[in-house]
Amino acid sequence: MPAMIEITDAEKAFTMHLQGGVKLPVVRGVNFTVESGECVVLSGPSGAGKSSILKMIFGNYRCDAGRIGIRHGGGTLDIAKAEPRDILSVRRSTIGYVSQFLRAVPRVPTIDVVAEPLIATGTSREAARVQAANLLRCLNIPDRLWTLPPSTFSGGEQQRVNIARGFISDHPILLLDEPTASLDARNREVVVGLIDEKKRTGVAMVAIVHDDDVRRRIADRIVDVTSFAAAA
Amino acid sequence: MAENEQPLLVAENLSKNFGRLAACRDISFTLYPGEVLAIVGESGSGKTTLLQMLSAQTTPSSGRVSYRMRDGVLRDLNSLGEAERRFLFRTDWGYVHQDAALGLRMAVSAGANVGERLMAVGWNHYGRIRDTASSWLQRVEIDVARIDDAPRTYSGGMRQRLQIARNLVTEPRLVFMDEPTGGLDVSVQARLLDLMRGLVSELGLAAVVVTHDLAVARLLSHRLMVMKGGQVIETGLTDQVLDDPHEPYTQLLVSSILPP
Repeated sequence: MPAMIEITDAEKAFTMHLQGGVKLPVVRGVNFTVESGECVVLSGPSGAGKSSILKMIFGNYRCDAGRIGIRHGGGTLDIAKAEPRDILSVRRSTIGYVSQFLRAVPRVPTIDVVAEPLIATGTSREAARVQAANLLRCLNIPDRLWTLPPSTFSGGEQQRVNIARGFISDHPILLLDEPTASLDARNREVVVGLIDEKKRTGVAMVAIVHDDDVRRRIADRIVDVTSFAAAA
Repeated sequence: MAENEQPLLVAENLSKNFGRLAACRDISFTLYPGEVLAIVGESGSGKTTLLQMLSAQTTPSSGRVSYRMRDGVLRDLNSLGEAERRFLFRTDWGYVHQDAALGLRMAVSAGANVGERLMAVGWNHYGRIRDTASSWLQRVEIDVARIDDAPRTYSGGMRQRLQIARNLVTEPRLVFMDEPTGGLDVSVQARLLDLMRGLVSELGLAAVVVTHDLAVARLLSHRLMVMKGGQVIETGLTDQVLDDPHEPYTQLLVSSILPP
């Protein structure tokens, strides 16, 4: 069986037209694979291109060269060349992404923010809300907050809402960009537990984590991003 | 959105000249059911002309627009008879104007504004029309007690929501929106956007939204087309174009937004 994610010679640079067309190389020669049930942690200093690689896998950043093969819908899709429509379909059913920050939609209550990805793939609103409530409870978001939009929540609360939203679906691939960055020890434990649970169900994960303890506990393999440094 | 669906709207090499001015040049794209496409660009970039060609209000100088009718056949808009065209405008399409006064009849009641579209498709039971109109007013968060008031007594945000109700009551498959949040207060905009976002996904609507507001595009659309000087200069997934813009003009647009 092919890997869930198979990246071959992927490359990314930014051309800053407003700064006189200066070319900012980000990564080059990115090669790694992620199997089902495995968590690969990307390591390297800030600015090495870790988040950019996650964004390339998610189709948020365009890939200048190379291939990003994703197992999707019984076949393989190359994200680097996929049509917008195909990327949307991948995001609906195959790849989940937990960013560092919650992009909150005004007025939408927290419980619906969390339930939305399930509703989008056909789960009934009621059933999706039940699952959302379970996750929010498990992440220690008090139920009096569930009907409020998360925009006024603290950083840590917003991040937990974001995690709940990212973990609610059964996507076989999950990308985690510092999921524990602003969490206290108790909630870090919860997230580590959630990641373990995802592994047991065969989810392939790529994560960025700065906390050494969390990294040690979730990483099955570490990929050093500095080896993909693109020389200017 | 199901996979392998057939396109709903196909634009092929659309151009429009006004005298020597090329308002739109060689524009092609495909829109699928349930997909929301935003067209962004500054004033004079050709967005509105494009929207008018797509919605059969302006005839292209060259190229064509095809639409999949309810019988499943993709038809060139130019080849449609008058009755078919009327059918599209009355039921299968919606058109939300920036200026609600263009999309509403300002002197008749809100209920009649919504009911009129139903009567146009053959509804004739007064009680049912009124019930449906009230339920749509509720859906767009207008107090049903205001059903007999004319929209000229409504605020800007309410008028825009009424316009949306009037358009969606016939369950169209495609909605065109021209600067739907233009000229509204920010708080009113947020409410309208959130409402439109919910309705579009609930009803599985396809939409083409013309806006100069990138935040509107980000919130509402799946795909984005950036226009400049009558041409599409960049296109892709909305978040991709906004987070990783490639063209100089798109980079300028994105970097010109003041963070709140």
